[in-house]
Amino acid sequence: MIPACRLEDLPRGEAHRLDVDPPVSVFHTDDGELFAIDDTCTHQDASLADGWLEGCEVECPLHASKFDLRTGAVDSPPAKLPVRTHEVFVEDGMVYVRLSMDAPNLPPCVAARLAGGPA
Amino acid sequence: MVGASLAGLSAARSLRKQGYDGRLVVIGEELHRPYDRPPLSKEFLAGILGEAELALESADEDLAAEWLLGVRATGLDHTERAVRLADGREVRADGVVIATGAAARTLPGSEGLAGVHTLRTLDDARALRGELAEGGRLVVIGGGFIGAEVASTARALGLDVTVVEAAPTPLAGPLGEAMGAVVSGLHTDHGVRLLCGAGVKGLSGETRVDAVLLEDGRSIPADIVVVGVGARPCVEWLAGSGIALDNGVKCGADGRTSLAGVVAVGDCANWYDPRTAAHRRVEHWTGARERPDAAVATLLAGGAVEPGAPRPPYFWSDQYGVKIQFAGHAAGADSVTIEAGAADDRDVLAVYRRAGHPVAVLGMNQPRLFTRWRKQIASTTS
Repeated sequence: MIPACRLEDLPRGEAHRLDVDPPVSVFHTDDGELFAIDDTCTHQDASLADGWLEGCEVECPLHASKFDLRTGAVDSPPAKLPVRTHEVFVEDGMVYVRLSMDAPNLPPCVAARLAGGPA
Repeated sequence: MVGASLAGLSAARSLRKQGYDGRLVVIGEELHRPYDRPPLSKEFLAGILGEAELALESADEDLAAEWLLGVRATGLDHTERAVRLADGREVRADGVVIATGAAARTLPGSEGLAGVHTLRTLDDARALRGELAEGGRLVVIGGGFIGAEVASTARALGLDVTVVEAAPTPLAGPLGEAMGAVVSGLHTDHGVRLLCGAGVKGLSGETRVDAVLLEDGRSIPADIVVVGVGARPCVEWLAGSGIALDNGVKCGADGRTSLAGVVAVGDCANWYDPRTAAHRRVEHWTGARERPDAAVATLLAGGAVEPGAPRPPYFWSDQYGVKIQFAGHAAGADSVTIEAGAADDRDVLAVYRRAGHPVAVLGMNQPRLFTRWRKQIASTTS
């Protein structure tokens, strides 16, 4: 498990990106719930932490695909694949993330970069 | 569903999502299943994305629709509730969604001249991609978004590129003069010649284009020409149907047309915009994606639903590695302020205001701040 940030440093409506590879973001919804999903949109290299958070959905800041924070499912094009979800919990005011062991659905350009190939 | 691109597909999805379980027929003029058009001037044209990756449907998606592809609709008979097709067939329906899109405007006199392209469809993009691969001198007529993206892609492929724009400043319509100049400055930053205030008189060449002739007498040598001078709504097939047409299909704020049981979405639809109290035909991807939800609700409810406030129009463009994003209406603004970054660095967040209230926002490589402002504009102008 990875310490993400202090809960008091993550106000409702905000997101915190963890510098893991591939990056993961913790979202604090307006209703006070916490969710962690892969930060990279499955369509193109965009950070979902920069996106439009509304209810339990985040909209990609570039092309408006919406991901369900609870399930990782995508509701509309251009993205077609879900993001991974990760377990998140709070202990002594600290937000922790337990990373999923599933394979991530990364966009082609990012997958190539992580594999050491040309971007 | 007349039209099988993003707006038509989104409407089909909305129908199923909103509980319609009856027969669903999707008519498309192109042979292809729905595909994503924005990459046609960018990653697809550059050879980075293949055709399979343009598909808008996911592999396991089943809308239980009948697809009539490769056939054009030629008429709408409202009394019979029927759509006539070019091959003589007729499709009867209880409800019709018009999503026939827009077609690229061409340059009069350029028909039949090899090397001259427009870019709207997958077939257009295939043809242009093949020619760009051979290199040479490209002249882009029109400094709008399609033209600018083609110039950017072609420059990255190593072509010699000139952009010819009739107006003094490209993109002044959507972005205003000041920011139009900043964004179109990307061309000269990257070694592309930008000729502004340059009206085009015609093209020269016998069987293949060899130059673009300007009204001021200049002749710009060209091996390939891309004409990017806008699009016109595809509504000719509706002539005589009795539907109200005005710069496309005239629609209310919920997609309803002048005919009961008929709604229109996407590039061909001129929706009433309550924010500006005027009709506005929006050719953005996000409009084609979002508005069918409301139009389908209207269709299913027989016009009894009150439409929610639409989000401000949003579009993006990728040019020379820079993410350009814009939301709102620039036309009504009386001031533009740079809130972050610097125009010269092409890394900028600019906010357009009217009487002190933000009405539009432009971002260049500023997705995080841009989204914040976009949300704020949506909340303050609704």
